[in-house]
Amino acid sequence: MTVDPRIQRYSAAFSPQVIHEIHRAADQGLYEIRGFGAKRHLPSFDDLVFLGASVSRYPLEGYREKCATDVVLGTRFAKKPIHLKIPITIAGMSFGALGANAKEAIGRAATLMGTSTTTGDGGMTEEERQSSKTLVYQVLPSRYGMNPDDLRRADAIEVVVGQGAKPGGGGMLLGQKITERVAKMRTLPVGIDQRSASRHPDWTGPDDLTIKIQEIREITDWEKPIYVKVGATRTRYDVALAVKAGADVVVVDGMQGGTAATQDVFIEHVGIPTLPAVRLAVEALQELDMHRKVQLIVSGGIRSGADVAKALALGADAVAIGSATMVALGCNKPVYIEDYHALGVEPGSCHHCHTGRCPVGVTTQDPELQKRLKPEQGARWLRNYLTVMTLEMQTVARACGKSHVHNLEPEDLVALTVEAAAMAKVPLAGTDWIPGTR
Amino acid sequence: MITVDLDHSSVRDLNERLHRLPPETNEKAWRIVNPKGAHALCAGLSVPIEVVIDGHPGYYCAGMNKEASIVVNGHCGVGLAENMMSGEVRVKGNASDAAGATGRGGLLVIEGDAGLRCGISMKGIDIVVGGSVGHMSAFMAQGGSLVVCGDAGSSLGDSIYEARLYIQGKVESLGADCVEKKMTPHHLAKLERLLARAGIEADPRRFKRYGSARRLYNFHVDHADAY
Repeated sequence: MTVDPRIQRYSAAFSPQVIHEIHRAADQGLYEIRGFGAKRHLPSFDDLVFLGASVSRYPLEGYREKCATDVVLGTRFAKKPIHLKIPITIAGMSFGALGANAKEAIGRAATLMGTSTTTGDGGMTEEERQSSKTLVYQVLPSRYGMNPDDLRRADAIEVVVGQGAKPGGGGMLLGQKITERVAKMRTLPVGIDQRSASRHPDWTGPDDLTIKIQEIREITDWEKPIYVKVGATRTRYDVALAVKAGADVVVVDGMQGGTAATQDVFIEHVGIPTLPAVRLAVEALQELDMHRKVQLIVSGGIRSGADVAKALALGADAVAIGSATMVALGCNKPVYIEDYHALGVEPGSCHHCHTGRCPVGVTTQDPELQKRLKPEQGARWLRNYLTVMTLEMQTVARACGKSHVHNLEPEDLVALTVEAAAMAKVPLAGTDWIPGTR
Repeated sequence: MITVDLDHSSVRDLNERLHRLPPETNEKAWRIVNPKGAHALCAGLSVPIEVVIDGHPGYYCAGMNKEASIVVNGHCGVGLAENMMSGEVRVKGNASDAAGATGRGGLLVIEGDAGLRCGISMKGIDIVVGGSVGHMSAFMAQGGSLVVCGDAGSSLGDSIYEARLYIQGKVESLGADCVEKKMTPHHLAKLERLLARAGIEADPRRFKRYGSARRLYNFHVDHADAY
C-alpha cells in the first residue's frame, strides 16, 4: 500500500519535533543541552514599526545632517565613565565558549568601531585585553580567573546576576571544550563538564549586593563604572533593586539572548522576551527618577539597526549583541557543509556551540577548527556589520527627525500586534489604543 | 607603626592610601582602630605590608588580598578575604558566612568559628579554622585545603572538585560527590605543615580527609539523583 502524504495528519501537540525529542530523551536520559538562543517565535521588535516624518514632523537629510550615536556609560558614581562612539556594545562571551581567535576578532572590531567588548565566564585573556580598547570585565558567580589586577585593568565591571538565556541558572561548559588552557584559567581539571554556580558565592540578596558593589568600588578606587546584568524575568523589581544597590549601569538581557550551552528547557521556557523587558526596565528607572542617570543596556535578540533604534526609542541607552556578533563572524554560514552534517544540522539551524565542533571556528577550542576564523578577517566582518547597524539606526532616526539616536522616543513607534502593543506600551498601529491602559 | 582611627578617617581614604603604597614602601606596619563594622576594610591590598585591625570589620574585610598580612583582633562579617590571592589573613575571633570564598592563594586563619559556606568555590587558598564551620562549606571547592579543627555542618564539600578537606570533629553530612578519603603520609605531612603555619595546635592524626569522588565530573543519567 502506498502512503499518501496528503493524508498524513500530524498532531499539533505531538509534532514530529516533539516526538523526536521524547525519543531522544528516552534514549539518552538527559535533557537537551545546546547553544544559541530561543528558537520559538516570540513577540519582538519586529512587531513594532517607526512613524517616519511627514507633514506633522520633518526629517533630517540622510547624507547631510548629522545624527549622532555616541553614549556615555557610568555617569552615576564612577570617576572614569566610558564614552562609546556607538550604542552597540558586545555582550559577554567567555574565552572557553569562544576560541581565542574569535575573542581577538571581536576586540579588534569593537576597538575600530569605538565600542566596548565584554569578557565572560572564564576570566580575561591577554589577547582580548590587548585587542580591546574598552573592555568590560564580568564578575560572575563562578569567579573563574577573577583577580584584582584584571579588575583594575578593566574599563568597566559587570556584576552578572543572570542572563536572558537562563535566568536563575549557572553557566555550563561541557568537557570537550575544557582544554588545558581553559582548565587552567578556571582552576578545573581538563575535560570535565564545568557547571557554574547560579548564585554568587559571597552575597545573597540586594542588600548584600550593595555591599559587594561597594567592595569592588573600593578595590578599584571608585574609578570603574559598575554594571549589574540581569536576565529578564521580574524586570521592574530587578532593575529597581540594581539601582538601589548602586549600579551605574543596568543590563537587561531578554530571553532571546544566547548562550554557549545550557538546557533547552531553560532557553525556551524561562524568562520574558526583550520587548516587554526594555519597557519594564525604563519604567523602573523613571519611577526612581534615574532614567538616563543610571544607563540601561538592553540585549537579547538584537540583530539590526532597526532593533537598536527600537530599543533606544523605548528608552534604552545602548544595546549589547552576542549571538549576532557570532553570526557576523561566520556562525551558521553555509561553508564546511560536511562538518555541519557531521553534527546533524544544516547551516542556519546549527546550535552546537556546546560541542566545541563549531564548523566555522568561532565556538571551539580545537586548534584546527579555530584556524578557520582569522582574527583580521573576523574583525573586518564584524566591523562591517556594526557599521551597517549604525547606518540603519541613523537612517531610522533621521527619518523620525532626530539629530541623535537617543532622541528617538516611544511616540515614534506603533505596534503591529495587540501583544506587542501591550508589552511595549505603544499604540496598536492605526489606533490610539494601548492594551491595559484603558 | 602608622595608626589610622576610623572614627576620624573614612574607609575610602584609608583604602586609597594603602592602594597607593609602592611595593618597596617603608610604611610597612599599620594599625586600624575603631572599624565598627565598616565594609571592604583593607580590600584590594597588593603590597607586602602588615596590618592589624583592632575591632570588628564588616563585610569583605581583606577582600582579594594580595601579599599583605592582615590580623583582625575581633570578629569579621561576610566574605572575609574573598578571592584572596596571596599573603595571610588571620582572625582572632569568628568569621561570618563565605569566609575565603573563591580564594586563589595565601593562608586564611580563623581562630574561632566560621559561618555558612566557608571556603565556597575556593580555588587554591589554604584555610585553617580553629573552631567549626557551618552548612555547605567548601561547596564547589576547586582547589586548596580547608582544615577544620572543630565540626563541619551539613553538606560539606557539595559538588567538590579538587580541594582537600581535613576535618577533626564531626561532619553533619557530606554533600554530593564528597567522600571520605584515605589519609596518606603525604596528606598527613601537608596537614601538619598547614597547622604549623596557622599556629594552631592539633594532632594531624585525629583528622579525617575528604575530597571528590569525581563521579559528577561528567554528566551521566545514572547520577541524576545526586544533583
